[in-house]
Amino acid sequence: MSRLQSALEAGEFVVTGEIAPPLGTDLSAMRRAVEVLGPVSTALNVTDNQGATLHLSSLAASRVVVDMGFEPIFQQTCRDRNRLALQSDLLAAATLDLVNVLVVTGDDPRGGDHPEAKGVFDLDSTQLLKVVSGMNEGHDMTGRPLKGGCDFFAGAAMFPEAEPWDIQIGRAVEKAEAGARFFQTQAIFDFDKLARATEAMHDAGSYVIAGILVLRSPKVIDFINAKLAGLMVPDDIASRIREADDPAEAAIQLAIEQVRAARNVADGVHVMALGLDDAVPRILREAGLEI
Amino acid sequence: MIITRPRDWARIRANLDEIGAKKVFIMGCGECATVSHTGGEPEVLQAKVALEQQGREVTGWSVGEVACHSGGQRLEIRKHYGEIESADAVLVLACGAGVQTMADAVKKPVFPGLESVFLGNVVRHGQFEERCQMCGDCVLDKTAGICPVTTCPKGLLNGPCGGMWNGMCEVLTDRECAHVRIRRRLAEQGRAKSASPLPPKDNSKKLKPGRLDLRDRALGHATAPAAGPDSPDSGSAS
Repeated sequence: MSRLQSALEAGEFVVTGEIAPPLGTDLSAMRRAVEVLGPVSTALNVTDNQGATLHLSSLAASRVVVDMGFEPIFQQTCRDRNRLALQSDLLAAATLDLVNVLVVTGDDPRGGDHPEAKGVFDLDSTQLLKVVSGMNEGHDMTGRPLKGGCDFFAGAAMFPEAEPWDIQIGRAVEKAEAGARFFQTQAIFDFDKLARATEAMHDAGSYVIAGILVLRSPKVIDFINAKLAGLMVPDDIASRIREADDPAEAAIQLAIEQVRAARNVADGVHVMALGLDDAVPRILREAGLEI
Repeated sequence: MIITRPRDWARIRANLDEIGAKKVFIMGCGECATVSHTGGEPEVLQAKVALEQQGREVTGWSVGEVACHSGGQRLEIRKHYGEIESADAVLVLACGAGVQTMADAVKKPVFPGLESVFLGNVVRHGQFEERCQMCGDCVLDKTAGICPVTTCPKGLLNGPCGGMWNGMCEVLTDRECAHVRIRRRLAEQGRAKSASPLPPKDNSKKLKPGRLDLRDRALGHATAPAAGPDSPDSGSAS
């Protein structure tokens, strides 16, 4: 059974980290990130061609995390595979002992490093969540029984700060009904909006893990504002980093405050360190988490 | 209507050079390509000038009624028989369907002069927008008359995706998110639950290659809907 699931169900405040597989086959940098983040995290997300840019598959990289003694969250986007490939990879994931799966739509290929690629999107994230639920019940999406089933702990993404809120929350509830037991959010800047989201998702029977972004430099802020879909760093937060003598330290302090704030209004934090992996244990400790 | 845009002249030139075509016949289209301003009379005449500047002779040209109609196109070809016979190649300023109709009807090498881009609505003169992808499995009944398959750049049936920001699309950032529009319109019409969540698309209903024979329907073949109590064909049965 998923340790992430047990921890959430036991009411523990969970921590998830983010691992990016390499472009290539040299796993050393990825292993190092797992060694740093693994011991302080409940589970580690392993991204799937993030930003529509080519990386080693989340399936194989997630298994590396298992072999290193930690628990991965296998990420599956709808962008690169049709329903046959998605189901096939889910079955593979089950045999590789990947117990958590995060289902996301995926960024459009036109924004990635292979802009000529065909975006598949044969299923969308809600539909894929239903497929995962069906597999947990022992059948494929056509209803045919599986020889040997699955027991995935499925999650999805949500953005508590996106407007219009009624549409955003309606969509998240649909994902919960389709089988999302936990939600990992986009980066949070407004904790009142996070509280609103958590309340609504608890009503829908799901957990909320708040996204914390370590904004380590003004350049990172520019990149996020220009390139990351659906994300804008508010001016007051951006200027705090931009005007600091040591932007990385200011970003760490900000992250500490945010983790502390999230403890009151979410079921955990998902720390996106953007290369500052080494600072994550300190961020968590100074935010008062026992790690 | 089928929206076309001009094809890169370097590619057309390369096609003609490859077979050493000195004499060319140009065929336009009086329907979609005329409205798109890509294959009507003015554009055919521009192409004629361009070919002549390349040192080629244009043996003749024509803009028939509609380039994808086999019968009509054969009549048009008959009218210009000599001009086509004396040409080394035919350049077609029509959609891919028109190019193929021509290629089936003449024994000459036939080259596309346009790129076919989408099935378009005419928003206003000279402005076209894709609204339908002819998927064969219409969901407009559930989506308030806004097609998510076409209007959402990712073609998601259920949305918005995580990139939506202030109601705007993440891919085409100057446009409203199709799913926000759908949900708003459904709510305005008091049927907010209608769209959600839609099941996966039945891609087998997209006939590929598309083929439809109205005689099959008369004979009750597979293309016709099964006669049931709601079928317009079932009147005599009840």
